Amino acid sequence: MKILVCISKTPDTTAKIAFTDNNTKFDVNGVQWIINPYDEWYALVRAIELKEADAAATIHLITVGAADAEPIIRKALALGGDEAIRVNADSHDSFYIASQIAEIAKQGGYDLVLTGKETIDYNGSSIGGMVAELLDQPYVSLATKFELAGTKATITREIEGGEEVNEVELPVVVSAQKGMAEARIPNMRGIMAARTKPLKVVEPIAADALTTVAGFGLPPAKAGVKLVAADNVEELVRLLHEEAKAI
Amino acid sequence: MSVLIFIDTTDGHVKKSSLEVLTYGAKVAEQLGTVAEGVVLGSVTEDLAALGKYGVKKIHQVADDSLNHLDAQLYAKVIAQVAESTGAKVIIFSNNVDGKAIAPRLSVRLKAGLVSGAVALPDTSNARPDDPVGRGFVVKKNVFSGKAFANISVSTDIKIIALSPNAYKTVAGDGTAEVVAFNATVDAAKVKVTNTTKASGEVVLTEAEIVVSAGRGLKGPENWGMVEELAKVLHAATACSRPVADAHWRPHNEHVGQTGFAIAPNLYIAIGISGAIQHLAGVNRSKVIVVINKDAEAPFFKAADYGIVGDAFEIIPKMTEAIRKLKGVA
Ligand SMILES: Cc1cc2nc3c(=O)[nH]c(=O)nc-3n(C[C@H](O)[C@H](O)[C@H](O)COP(=O)(O)OP(=O)(O)OC[C@H]3O[C@@H](n4cnc5c(N)ncnc54)[C@H](O)[C@@H]3O)c2cc1C
Ligand SMILES: Nc1ncnc2c1ncn2[C@@H]1O[C@H](COP(=O)(O)O)[C@@H](O)[C@H]1O
Repeated sequence: MKILVCISKTPDTTAKIAFTDNNTKFDVNGVQWIINPYDEWYALVRAIELKEADAAATIHLITVGAADAEPIIRKALALGGDEAIRVNADSHDSFYIASQIAEIAKQGGYDLVLTGKETIDYNGSSIGGMVAELLDQPYVSLATKFELAGTKATITREIEGGEEVNEVELPVVVSAQKGMAEARIPNMRGIMAARTKPLKVVEPIAADALTTVAGFGLPPAKAGVKLVAADNVEELVRLLHEEAKAI
Repeated sequence: MSVLIFIDTTDGHVKKSSLEVLTYGAKVAEQLGTVAEGVVLGSVTEDLAALGKYGVKKIHQVADDSLNHLDAQLYAKVIAQVAESTGAKVIIFSNNVDGKAIAPRLSVRLKAGLVSGAVALPDTSNARPDDPVGRGFVVKKNVFSGKAFANISVSTDIKIIALSPNAYKTVAGDGTAEVVAFNATVDAAKVKVTNTTKASGEVVLTEAEIVVSAGRGLKGPENWGMVEELAKVLHAATACSRPVADAHWRPHNEHVGQTGFAIAPNLYIAIGISGAIQHLAGVNRSKVIVVINKDAEAPFFKAADYGIVGDAFEIIPKMTEAIRKLKGVA
């Protein structure tokens, strides 16, 4: 069983969001970078659990990013995984990134490609589906559970107001979210081991970017809260009805 | 040339988010001086022609039973056939659970740039001398979990937009759509659906217009009755903060925020929730936010439109009562 886990680097959830260069670039000043939470807590940890259940399984991690993504991929290796691949390219176009991942996936012949549900910065929720299409493999998105029996995967995915159970033969691409696994903290042994695990850097293949960011913006600031006295709940209801037209 | 809209269904019914994309897609078509067409897969029990009131002129239906359940691979293949035959230049999905699975695949198949999580109509006026990259077809989408937006320029001939649920208001006019059977090559599905569970009779959280949400301030699961009652009079969905779901006071499918559901209702009522940044990440796209918290310093008040500083246990029943009165229900 060969598993490929897609790891991306995102600003910490509490990072201040600001833009530079005439609002065309994210301001990285003072930003702490983390492994995208969905990739770490759900995709990677579930892969580690699968390996714990099957000693013959191998886990490769892939990130498409510049050299500054290395601390992130090392941190991921400290949690688990056998080796990492960094495709040396800096892009925010989903199709471009997916093309790089698909290329590595083709070469490695993986049984399972796991991604997070979405990146918390670009919120694309697209790369898993694109990789699956490039590989011509099935895709189960927003998965909350993943079980394996031989080569048959039983995957639970989110649907509106509920869940659906899917059965599919490997190979498959799956995007993971809450429910898949419980977040883990890397231990000292993992951190030491990660230092010597292979981290291969490969150059990107030629691929198009189908989209570009023309500019960023911040939502208009809220006008400020209108406070209503605790003994005047009826007034709040009136405001919601007449002013906000929300009820 | 046309605008093609994917009409998503569940158990033969057209989803609410489909009405939003139909309205949106018709507007895009109008903007581009072309017609809006729809595509629907699988069997549908609803009257499809009636969807014409949202502005769609023609609906292509591939009524193959193997399309009654989502297999994104199969769906993308079939929709691509419809798109090619209708000469669609813009294809529109809801950025809901199914759209997130299908749209990226179709993007690869058609080599069409995808903007997922769009929140506004595309900007097709290319007169922007101050912004050389902002020309052509630019779509506004949410980024940084709702803390910012980005204008994405799509350079490919065919464009795909996945519209955020609740971001565009449904408008019904009159008109009927012509429903035509589309003859597509449909392969065998590789994904088999073996079981579906749905909370019945309740308002679906991700589609709800109004959401009543409560946090640790409620003290324990035994106190949720009044939250549910408030939700009921408002015909609202219920939600909760993460520690509440983690402590199993409430089911996990109610958890909103960074790690839970991201929602964008018209009205979000947050009761006894402090307003941590990770919580806000899932709810900050709500149009109107009401905060009820006994601590005037709770960070949530900064993100709120209306608020009451006070004890939830006193305020919730009074609020339910006031709304009952407003709606004239006993
Ligand atoms: C990486 C990461 C991801 C996270 N993801 C999420 C997420 O997705 N969703 C999420 O919600 N959290 C998330 N969190 C947790 C988040 O940081 C907060 O800890 C959490 O939102 C707090 O929940 P709470 O507001 O219910 O509880 P508390 O912070 O304990 O707040 C309770 C509030 O209730 C008020 N209160 C108490 N009694 C009353 C009363 N009688 N009447 C009125 N008000 C009262 C208090 O003043 C207080 O403001 C995440 C954290 C991390 C680190
Ligand atoms: N640069 C990247 N390198 C590797 N994997 C990525 C990268 N960007 C995104 N991914 C993976 O794709 C998932 C979805 O990303 P997105 O479509 O951008 O929301 C993420 O959760 C990651 O698992």
